[in-house]
Amino acid sequence: MAENGVLGFFDNPQSLLEAARKVRLNYPDFEAFTPYPVHGLDEIQGLRRSALPFVTFSAGLTGCVLGFLFQYWTSVVDWPLNVGGKPLNSWPAFVPVMFELTILFAGVSTVFGMFWMNKLPCKQKAWDPSLTCDQFALWIETANVREVQDILKKLGAQRVSHVHAQNWFEP
Amino acid sequence: MNAVSEVLVTGNKTYSDVNEDVARPLERFPTAKWWVCFSVAVFTFLIGALLSTDMFLRGLGVLGLNQPNGWGIFIVNFVFWVGIGHAGTLISAVLFLFRQKWRTAINRSAEAMTIFAVMTALIFPVIHTGRPWYAAIWLLPYPNQRQLWVNFRSPLLWDVFAVGTYFTISLLFWYVGLLPDLASIRDRAKNSIRKFIYTILSLGWRGSNRNWSHYETAYMLLAGLSTPLVLSVHSVVSFDFAVSNLPGWHTTIFPPYFVAGAIFSGFSMVVTLMVIAREMFSLKNYITLNHLEKMNKIIMATGMLVGYAYACEFFIAWYSGSPFERFAFINRAFGPYWWAYWTMACCNVLIPQVFWWKKARTSIPVMFVVSLFVNIGMWFERFVIVVTSLHRDFLPSNWRYYVPTFYDWGITLGSFGWFFIWFLLFCRILPVIAMAEVKGVMNPGGNHG
Repeated sequence: MAENGVLGFFDNPQSLLEAARKVRLNYPDFEAFTPYPVHGLDEIQGLRRSALPFVTFSAGLTGCVLGFLFQYWTSVVDWPLNVGGKPLNSWPAFVPVMFELTILFAGVSTVFGMFWMNKLPCKQKAWDPSLTCDQFALWIETANVREVQDILKKLGAQRVSHVHAQNWFEP
Repeated sequence: MNAVSEVLVTGNKTYSDVNEDVARPLERFPTAKWWVCFSVAVFTFLIGALLSTDMFLRGLGVLGLNQPNGWGIFIVNFVFWVGIGHAGTLISAVLFLFRQKWRTAINRSAEAMTIFAVMTALIFPVIHTGRPWYAAIWLLPYPNQRQLWVNFRSPLLWDVFAVGTYFTISLLFWYVGLLPDLASIRDRAKNSIRKFIYTILSLGWRGSNRNWSHYETAYMLLAGLSTPLVLSVHSVVSFDFAVSNLPGWHTTIFPPYFVAGAIFSGFSMVVTLMVIAREMFSLKNYITLNHLEKMNKIIMATGMLVGYAYACEFFIAWYSGSPFERFAFINRAFGPYWWAYWTMACCNVLIPQVFWWKKARTSIPVMFVVSLFVNIGMWFERFVIVVTSLHRDFLPSNWRYYVPTFYDWGITLGSFGWFFIWFLLFCRILPVIAMAEVKGVMNPGGNHG
């Protein structure tokens, strides 16, 4: 992990957004670290909408279909049992379980899909403890530490620091 | 952050104050008050555990169950606890979809309540079989030596899937919401063991915007999935009754009636817990009177929905023309269990009417007492549904009074101990307020727009 770069700290989301708009021109691959989701950054970074809904939809569909097939197989094929004179394929009675499995598959895949897209668990240590508290930062990966530090300062960063990637428990 | 937005956090808090205030209770040694509560919870749980063990050894004969009362207080407790859980999902998912920002103050603890309530509920149908070690696995469809499959046409099995899915999804939703806050706790940690634990739990969350982007989509999707899920869970629970042919159970109004009752009882439990928690952990600037007032309004609204359902059931019983239906309902209100029926009606329909007055809605002692009454009333509602419908079967030779025994009551008490053990541990180990979400809706350093 050779990530090496500069962090510029801001104490409110408005100045972060303002600076991000200008940083984008020279460093389009910049990243922002914030204690809560700041709206507007996605457009500045040029992020596309998350592909997660496709995962959710296909998993939900899979759950629904598998739910029906399994109930059909156990009730009609593997062990046909006459319960109260109902038809073997009494599909309306299968709907609640199909529904629950739709939600179960969709929900579980959404969460794990999100972990996968976000590369969680992330083995890197957080840049700075204040970033999950009250500070907002722009991060630029660069070898030209001096130059980038000056740029960030000019854009209104209260504090800049040179950071490099560390593992979780490195001192 | 615009000037017209309402004040959701009072006391001119800054972002770092939020971390400070929310993390404080979990970073110091538990207070004496906490230890007292925790010991009481453990003690009551042990009573329940001891009595259940004895019940497994002797058999279900120690309970008050008889013929025709095959279902008793255990099923009442199951429905009661599952119902309690519904408020958590409603607050976290439905209010999220409706963009009700005030939910951020209470959603974390309400979701925790959901999870622990479902954990409590699940105990009852399993121990009610008397052989929990079989019941726990025989409910699941897996290839086995008996070469039998579970009966997918039975509502009892739908319940297994509904409550199982509900528990899984609620737990995941809760955990996803916790991720950024676990990272906050990790970054504050001075102690190396604490740091280690929260680093693992937070999965190394760093809050980059690319992560937030997927995270918010996931959160929205989970809210969208949980909303139909929560409506389905208590509907399926009501099918346990409604799909049978018993007068008093066999009604089409049951699914919506159960869902309304679940939200009603869940919100009152949230009010009970929040009134205590904001006092104990000095979170009055986050869980404000404004939040509590909003919950009281929902309690009153759902209380009236439930009242409407009670009336509607009577009308339909008369309108059906079936003498058995008519008898079941007249017997419910004026038969041997009249006291249970009228306790229910008073607690659920009459008492919440005090919330028409703003003074009552915003008074902590009043709302606390009302919420306790609603909890009691909703427990009695399930008692009325289960017991009054069963105790007088079609033939008078099958009529028998049901009296719960010491075992029934002791194990019920134990379930409250179990619930509170988890809830108290939660208050000590995890942030009780969703810090990252509160920061998103607050206006730091006052409300100057």
